[in-house]
Amino acid sequence: MSRRPADAFLRVASITSVALAGLILVAVVGVIVAGALPGLRTFGPWGFLGSAIWHPSSGQVGALAMVVGTIGVTGLALLIAVPLGGLTGLASGWLLPRGLAGLLRLVVMLASGLPSIVVGLWGLTAVVPILAQWHPPGASLLAAGLVLAMMTVPTVALIVDSALRTIDQQQRQATAALGLSSWGALAAVGLPTLRGGLLTGGVLATTRALGETMAVLLVAGNVVQVPGSIFDPVRTLTAGIALEMAYATGDHRAALFVLGLIALMVVMALLLTLRWLVRDDGTGAGYV
Amino acid sequence: MHIWVRMLLTPVPTLNSDHPMLNLFRLCALIPLVLASAASGAETRLTLTGSSSVGPLAAEIARRYEVAHADVRIDVQTGGSSRGVTDALSGRADIGMASRALKPEEKDLTAVTIALDGITIIIHRDNPVRNLTRDQVIALFTGKTVSWSAVGGPDRPVVVVNKAEGRSTLELFLHHFGLKAEQIKASVVIGDNAQGIKTVAGNPDAIGYVSMGAAQTDADAGVPVRLVSLDGLAPTVAAVGDRTWPISRPLNLVIKGEPNGHAAGFIALARSAQVNDLILDLALVPPPR
Amino acid sequence: MSDQAWRWRDRCLSGAVLIGTCVLLGAFLWLVVDLLITAWPRLTWSFLAEIPRRSGRSGGISSILVSTALILLVCWSVVLPLGLGAAVALSSSQHRWTQWVRTSLDVLSGIPSIVLGMFGMLVFGDLMGLGFSIASGGLTLACMILPLVIRVADAALRTVPKGLIANASALGLSRTTTLLHLILPAAMPGLAAAFALGTARALAETAALVFTAGASDRMPSSLADPGRTLSVHIYELAMNVAGGDASAAASAIVLLILLILIQAGGSALLGRISGTAG
Repeated sequence: MSRRPADAFLRVASITSVALAGLILVAVVGVIVAGALPGLRTFGPWGFLGSAIWHPSSGQVGALAMVVGTIGVTGLALLIAVPLGGLTGLASGWLLPRGLAGLLRLVVMLASGLPSIVVGLWGLTAVVPILAQWHPPGASLLAAGLVLAMMTVPTVALIVDSALRTIDQQQRQATAALGLSSWGALAAVGLPTLRGGLLTGGVLATTRALGETMAVLLVAGNVVQVPGSIFDPVRTLTAGIALEMAYATGDHRAALFVLGLIALMVVMALLLTLRWLVRDDGTGAGYV
Repeated sequence: MHIWVRMLLTPVPTLNSDHPMLNLFRLCALIPLVLASAASGAETRLTLTGSSSVGPLAAEIARRYEVAHADVRIDVQTGGSSRGVTDALSGRADIGMASRALKPEEKDLTAVTIALDGITIIIHRDNPVRNLTRDQVIALFTGKTVSWSAVGGPDRPVVVVNKAEGRSTLELFLHHFGLKAEQIKASVVIGDNAQGIKTVAGNPDAIGYVSMGAAQTDADAGVPVRLVSLDGLAPTVAAVGDRTWPISRPLNLVIKGEPNGHAAGFIALARSAQVNDLILDLALVPPPR
Repeated sequence: MSDQAWRWRDRCLSGAVLIGTCVLLGAFLWLVVDLLITAWPRLTWSFLAEIPRRSGRSGGISSILVSTALILLVCWSVVLPLGLGAAVALSSSQHRWTQWVRTSLDVLSGIPSIVLGMFGMLVFGDLMGLGFSIASGGLTLACMILPLVIRVADAALRTVPKGLIANASALGLSRTTTLLHLILPAAMPGLAAAFALGTARALAETAALVFTAGASDRMPSSLADPGRTLSVHIYELAMNVAGGDASAAASAIVLLILLILIQAGGSALLGRISGTAG
């Protein structure tokens, strides 16, 4: 351990940063919990977790249908986004020549910067009418999943891309000297990094999808029900909050805060499950 | 900003380290501090918060008021009608904005109606239906009528577009037709008027209800929606103005107690006929004066 | 596997990549073309130079652009040091709890933006007394993108081969020197991705800003004034102003152009710092 003052400063600065980030998390969770307590006291936890009927003005605050909606929409989005994002990341980070790769990367970055309102409105005016012709009413779990996939594919693609680009150039040249094609080279030196990139990208895509509000609100149909098929309209927890927060007072408002708490718990549960399933094997592949 | 915050924000660590990254580090810390100390001048500030339906109108009136009174700055923020009411009560806002009438428990506040917004039923332009009776509307929205053929349209399933709970448009719709929220069998639930219009415009079998002004503006601009007559009465902005159209919601400014100074002046301007052009420009209806 | 089988496998995989990329590009192009068609009447040079009039349906977006730039500035001035510092700490730490820190950061990035907006309003707006201001909005945005930036930067830093670090300490270089002159340049592509993702995410944010930076569309005179970002402006025009669709679409086009400029400028700058190109 060096005794130079710059190193000490670096150490202190780094640890302070992590501490601050942790503090923010604790503070946010604290605010949500504090805001949700009155609602929990009025309706009781079973009021929320034991029913799927949501009519807060008459005292029914069942959130189950919305939890199913949230998980369903996110799951569908991931099913589309992770493979598509992985393939795109492979293209720009491994297969394409530098010029084309840079261009693709730029387009992907643009796609990731689209505000959710823009993607949502496009979904509402372009995607939902097509779905409505095929299977009314159009605004559905499928529509929400497609729109969310559109928003999260760039995240996965960019992370897979930057993961693959850190692979040592010398190693790639060696594989070329051995006569391997790009795919052969990938199998030889790139798989752990690819896997790591897909996982990190997948995790970040999941959190983005779970927290997304506006785009989903516009295209998911927002009917509080447990969907029977992907063509049925659903409501997610976040859309539920956004739809009613502007006009809610008193008990209704308190109930919406509890929805926020439940949303947070869903995020935590999903992430902890993921963390338990995929423990970092310490190979230093660099991701997850 | 508080004085103590401004005092705390005094720079300046030096930027002459040999390490470029360290300099970048310090520069990043520096910028907001320097910029923040250049705080704004000492004008009076008036803050309005609340409904996003009232917001655009309030902002335009505010701009006109500021032209006449250079020493005041009016900021209009959104956040919803309930926010407007809460902020007006707590004092966080000087004036609140609400797109509904005040509830009985909000008796500490007074409401000033600055515009009216008619509520109309809309269907897709390709749907041949032009008029609906009261009973037909109730049957369509409660799910008793499931096909358009029962009301003179094609034999296609009705897609009901309903507003989210708590919204004033929903409350007024329910009140006019004598329905309860649970009775409506919605295929799609929407939030803002724009979402409602776009949803109906994208589905030839849809029926919904939205702000008349917004629907008329979009229909005139080519969006494929049609405003439906109710019991033979045509849905026009004029009909709302002379009170023959039965469903409309008030756009209100809410204040606690007696307004004074610029708040009173602003409200006086908003109440006067001088702002009629602003109201009409936003496809709203001037209130009876 | 026979030679033919290898080639067949290669062609299939390449085909899959082609299809995947084309699907993404196709959807994106569809969206942009739709936007351009709606925005066409409003795409003029004066759109960038004038302030909004008639709630944004006439005039331009100059005040919006200034507010957006200021909010981004405040945001990055917090996230750059904090994010990089935390990423350095995480990537070089061997403690058992670093995995939990990573998980906590993921949780933070999954918090719905509307909730973070309320948090920002309470903490930065009320507690710190900033009210509806660009400062408050920028700080809230920083909370929003910090976990994302830390995670991507952390992952990028961890890809640097351990051999490089070992060589550096064997040569007696201090940790700071190793970091600044070896690790950071080597991790540049990942750090650039962190910057790109963070900025894009920040520009795309709406709900969190409405409660903190406010919705006022006037030209801000300091960080204490409220201000609207491009995405909030798009939201207001599309949702609350009758006839605002064309202006909303035009603002969205400007946002895309802004992203292109930031990406190009950012990678040029990073290239110069790290001594490599792009």
